[in-house]
Amino acid sequence: MREKILEAQRFMNAACKKLGRRINVMEVCGTHTVAIFRSGIKSVLPERVKLLSGPGCPVCVTDQGYIDAVLQLADRDDCMIATYGDMIRVPGKGGSLETRQSKAAVKVVLSSEDALQLARDNPDKKIIFVAVGFETTTPATAVAVKEAAGQGIDNFYILSGHKLVVPAMRALLSAKNNNIDAFLCPGHVSVITGYGVFREIVEDFNRPCVVAGFEAVQIIEGLAEICSQLAAGKLELKSMYPAVVTEQGNTAAQEIVAECFEPADGYWRGLGKIEKSTLRLKEKYGKFDALRQFSITETPVKEATGCRCGEVLCGLIDPPQCGLFATSCTPDDPVGACMVSTEGACAAWFKYARKEKRER
Amino acid sequence: MSPRKHDRILLAHGGGGRLSDELIRHHILPKLKNDALAELADSAKLNLSSNQICLTTDSYVVKPLFFNGGDIGKLAVCGTVNDLAVAGARPVALTLSLIIEEGLEFELLERILASVARTAKESSVEIVTGDTKTVEAGAADKIFINTAGIGVRLPGVNLGYKKIVAGDKIIVSGTLADHGLAIISQRKGIEFESQLQSDCAPLAGLTCELLEKTTGIKFMRDPTRGGLAATLNEIARGAELSIEINETEIPVNPTAQAAADILGFDVLAIANEGKVVVVASAESADDCLNICRKHPLGARARIIGHVVTSRDVPTVELITRIGGRRIVQMPYGRELPRIC
Repeated sequence: MREKILEAQRFMNAACKKLGRRINVMEVCGTHTVAIFRSGIKSVLPERVKLLSGPGCPVCVTDQGYIDAVLQLADRDDCMIATYGDMIRVPGKGGSLETRQSKAAVKVVLSSEDALQLARDNPDKKIIFVAVGFETTTPATAVAVKEAAGQGIDNFYILSGHKLVVPAMRALLSAKNNNIDAFLCPGHVSVITGYGVFREIVEDFNRPCVVAGFEAVQIIEGLAEICSQLAAGKLELKSMYPAVVTEQGNTAAQEIVAECFEPADGYWRGLGKIEKSTLRLKEKYGKFDALRQFSITETPVKEATGCRCGEVLCGLIDPPQCGLFATSCTPDDPVGACMVSTEGACAAWFKYARKEKRER
Repeated sequence: MSPRKHDRILLAHGGGGRLSDELIRHHILPKLKNDALAELADSAKLNLSSNQICLTTDSYVVKPLFFNGGDIGKLAVCGTVNDLAVAGARPVALTLSLIIEEGLEFELLERILASVARTAKESSVEIVTGDTKTVEAGAADKIFINTAGIGVRLPGVNLGYKKIVAGDKIIVSGTLADHGLAIISQRKGIEFESQLQSDCAPLAGLTCELLEKTTGIKFMRDPTRGGLAATLNEIARGAELSIEINETEIPVNPTAQAAADILGFDVLAIANEGKVVVVASAESADDCLNICRKHPLGARARIIGHVVTSRDVPTVELITRIGGRRIVQMPYGRELPRIC
């Protein structure tokens, strides 16, 4: 392992020297963000290789308008909310789902299948599954919807907050002030989509896209590959995770998603409205769509005053540059979504990298 | 023992009348018998060998009551014995208070009491006084236990944060995170190929041996709730010094590591119930390590790091497998409720 790291460090140093400038690499996967912080990867990189934590954590990119919509449903007596644990502490306009938990209207589930089971077990309640996540979790939601349709379960609904990674990457690169030189692409998403989906980023924006696994060494090797490509001026799509990721991905999963969902314009926290970046249920499955079945709306909401989650997600600032970081925004009492989720850039920075100065 | 008339605990078993008396005389006393307890006096009278006394108390609400490697009875003795042990004391006597939910099966109660008795014997302590209360169904979850313990400090032993200096070594007596992961995986119904087992064990034998055979021990703590991360942060804060630990030296069972990875937990922040963290002078660290390794509860002990001076606020830093560095924070403490 030591040799691999030393070799990667040599590649990166040579690339930095040749380019004579900083290299900014963005990861767009919460698991990568956590792995980077947990292994202390930043501390073994050359100073001029800078890692930016992009919009890779599904909780962090969920617009507050979506949370407000979930809360509206949680306040109805006939509804029960089934959610992944990370979502319950995200603050909305009138509190968070956690504040509704005492009324037993909110259940934490580990899978869409658990949510469907809640529907079977509580026939007198309407079960709303808070369906968030990128391409990795969408297939499971689609399976649950199909199962509900097949079994005639009519008290199961999803509020789709599912999102697509590539439109967000395009939006980031289309912004004038972006400083992204390359993407370290997510291994998990690629297992489903295939690494081929990132080809358009390389071709349309001329940025290297390298898919890496989640071991520290795999991440470092991915970064070395990116640096070498930039130094050589040869910008490519490459998978460094060949044992798991293919170019086509999991076509069976893609088919079931395509059968249930269609792309729609949607709001991202910090990035605003992005065309065809979210997934909504097709008309055919409209009876399971909470947005269609209940009279609720998702109104986009401006960030809390002072919260700079948006700039963090775009890689424009590091978390400590936000005035709220570690003062009024902490994992115990988060203001922005990047501090709520364990995979958020601010939470990871707070947990693994924050050093307090001694008062003198 | 007279035959049991009831299968389950009734509210009247805590009412102070005939049923209470029957519960105590026929079910509790025979299991825990000793002279001090047999008197059933309002207070136990103890003769102690020294006036250097340590006193502690702890309540136990673990769910489930029985888990791989232990149960609430064993935990209630070990937890209190260990709190005395790491303070440099030899545990002498424990109290035992039971808060029982109406409807608890007698069979469960008896298994728990048998476990209390067995663990007390193993730890060379006696249960010298106690109390039993019953509450309505729903007012407790089957049974809650409180134990208080009294111990005699070993002669010449005086542990504390203020003795710690830069250069001191950090030793852990064995693999981390086994207890918390055994509980949580059992609760979530997740089974692993080779079952996870709680490390729940009384540590006084090991700690007394360490203190009697070496002179360089500065501080000891059992890393229970909050795990090693909480313990080391408390030490750093108390000593006003930083701590550096080496990821490659930290002993973790591969099954526990796999379970933690699947469940998304950090092994450093998970509870242990049969491990001790020792801060020892650099000169005595190897002796301490050898004593640990010869003891059945310390076979996988390691020196995992050392104390360093710090210009910033004292922190615990981990040197990772790849040679990187990151902070080990005090855990927030909401991840795992009711693990002890």
